[in-house]
Amino acid sequence: MNRPEDHMIIFEDVSKFYGEILGVNRVSLTIEPGITSLVGPNGSGKTTLMNLMTGLIRPTRGRVSVLGLRADHPEVFFNRVGYCSQFDSFPRALTGFQFIDSYLRVHGRPKQEAQELAWKALHRVELLDAAHLKIGAYSKGMRQRVRLAQAIAHEPEVMILDEPLNGLDPMARAETIRLFRQLAADGLHLIISSHILHEVDMMSDSVILLNNGYIVAEGEIHDMRSEMEEHPIQILIRCDRPGLLAARVFEKDSVVEAKIHKDRQGLFIKTRDADAFYLLLNRIVVDDGLNVESIAPVDDDLNAVYQYLIGGGEAA
Amino acid sequence: MSASTDAIAEVKSSGQRRWSLWAAQIAAILRLDVRKNFIGKRAILIYLLAAVPILLMAALSAEISWQQSRNSNIGEINIIFANLYEGLILRTIVFFGCAWIFMNLFRGEVVDRSLHYYFLSPLRREVLVCGKYLSGLVASVVLFTVSTAGSLLFLYVGLGSAGRSYFWDGPGKGQAMAYLGITVLGCIGYGAAFLVIGLFFRNPIIPALLIYGWEFINFLLPPVLKKISVIHYLHSLSPVPVPEGPFAMVAESTPAYLSIPGLLIFTAAVLALASYRIRRMEINYGGE
Repeated sequence: MNRPEDHMIIFEDVSKFYGEILGVNRVSLTIEPGITSLVGPNGSGKTTLMNLMTGLIRPTRGRVSVLGLRADHPEVFFNRVGYCSQFDSFPRALTGFQFIDSYLRVHGRPKQEAQELAWKALHRVELLDAAHLKIGAYSKGMRQRVRLAQAIAHEPEVMILDEPLNGLDPMARAETIRLFRQLAADGLHLIISSHILHEVDMMSDSVILLNNGYIVAEGEIHDMRSEMEEHPIQILIRCDRPGLLAARVFEKDSVVEAKIHKDRQGLFIKTRDADAFYLLLNRIVVDDGLNVESIAPVDDDLNAVYQYLIGGGEAA
Repeated sequence: MSASTDAIAEVKSSGQRRWSLWAAQIAAILRLDVRKNFIGKRAILIYLLAAVPILLMAALSAEISWQQSRNSNIGEINIIFANLYEGLILRTIVFFGCAWIFMNLFRGEVVDRSLHYYFLSPLRREVLVCGKYLSGLVASVVLFTVSTAGSLLFLYVGLGSAGRSYFWDGPGKGQAMAYLGITVLGCIGYGAAFLVIGLFFRNPIIPALLIYGWEFINFLLPPVLKKISVIHYLHSLSPVPVPEGPFAMVAESTPAYLSIPGLLIFTAAVLALASYRIRRMEINYGGE
């Protein structure tokens, strides 16, 4: 009984309406292990997708399954799934340790095991020093970390993290991203929403771009970028004779624009077919003895994809 | 034969494991929720409510002590207490106390935006209902039985040696146990009703007041309608009959062997309804 869907998160034609307000519409997705980021502006449907995955809300239409399980059976489902939601609220008067330990006991873990797991989780988010302080006295970053610790304490296979880097200082962000990478390398599913595009770009194996409740694009960022034919890829070639290069790049129809860098040590080109351009560049180097220092895509990142597909507004 | 025996043993053992898991989960919910019910801003109102009858009885006790020199009648005082118990403790203190405690079990967590922690645990929602209900029951039973016991204590202390003798050698002890039992049953019945109201209504105050009105006019209702209430069964159990006044519709009292199981069945049915509701409940704090 090892079906492919037992390893994936699957949305089958899922729609969610809040009364007459659209949450998400006709979402069909298959999410594989690794880090998948949900990116989109406010109200695009990121949290709705996460809440649908965890059964906090139910789809108006369609089906969601996580590792072949449905959230209708929480006793099985939440042993394998952890969700760090965006709700910055806690049961009153608990310390960080009590908070994690108490809910592990609610999971049914024996006292000893719950305590060990709670300490381990606090250690992972580097909150050991504050473990016995009341959560009410925590800073925003500490509250964020204790929620993350609570979501990962039972060592789930799927972690759903709604803006997990919010409120963290740069050191804590770097540490948390390192933790995510490590967990993903262990074969876990991590579904992360974030509005910090360069961090998403850095840590994600794949990205789902949402806007107004619809999926605009999904997949690996570079694949997504190369499929955007209406926005040619921009490449900067640092070389000794950019003028010569500019004269020859138009041998290929796919190159639509060439502009010499202001320091005259490089050339920006825009092409609809990056692979064909690289072949042409190789030929120019061989034929004309061009001395190339570096070649780098300028807009082959999530930020560019986001700007092209969703527009000028900040992601959230 | 052996395989089928093994299969039965496996089913039994998995059933036992499930029950022990549920018991552990309920215990964990109790640890979290009982603390919430007893500590915190929301608990202050309940402490004040529970203190009201004790303070009132303390004042009454002082009055009785003063009047004893003028030979007060123990039977008369019993009737006064029975009226006070039903009118104040049962219909008001236990009723509104349970309303506050049980409606806040879920509604309070929605307001505090912390219910999702339970919903994101590997916990059957029916088990959550049981755990929450029991936590409310522990808080209400402790507070209101202490309130009832404290009131009775002042009653008998106020009566002096006659009171002590009535309690230890007469029917006083049995009556006190009956009052305490009625208080517990009141918490059980009202608790279940208010728990489910807290799940169905965003603003549960209005339905709570409607129920209060229904319970209040119970004595005016025809016998069939009287039975659709908690107070009717509790009233039937009173150790000292309480007259319902000249306008009351006369109805036969329901005997204890029917009223107690009836109340328990009502509670079970209401909790089943709460479980049905919570299985379909979504977390949408923004809409609250």
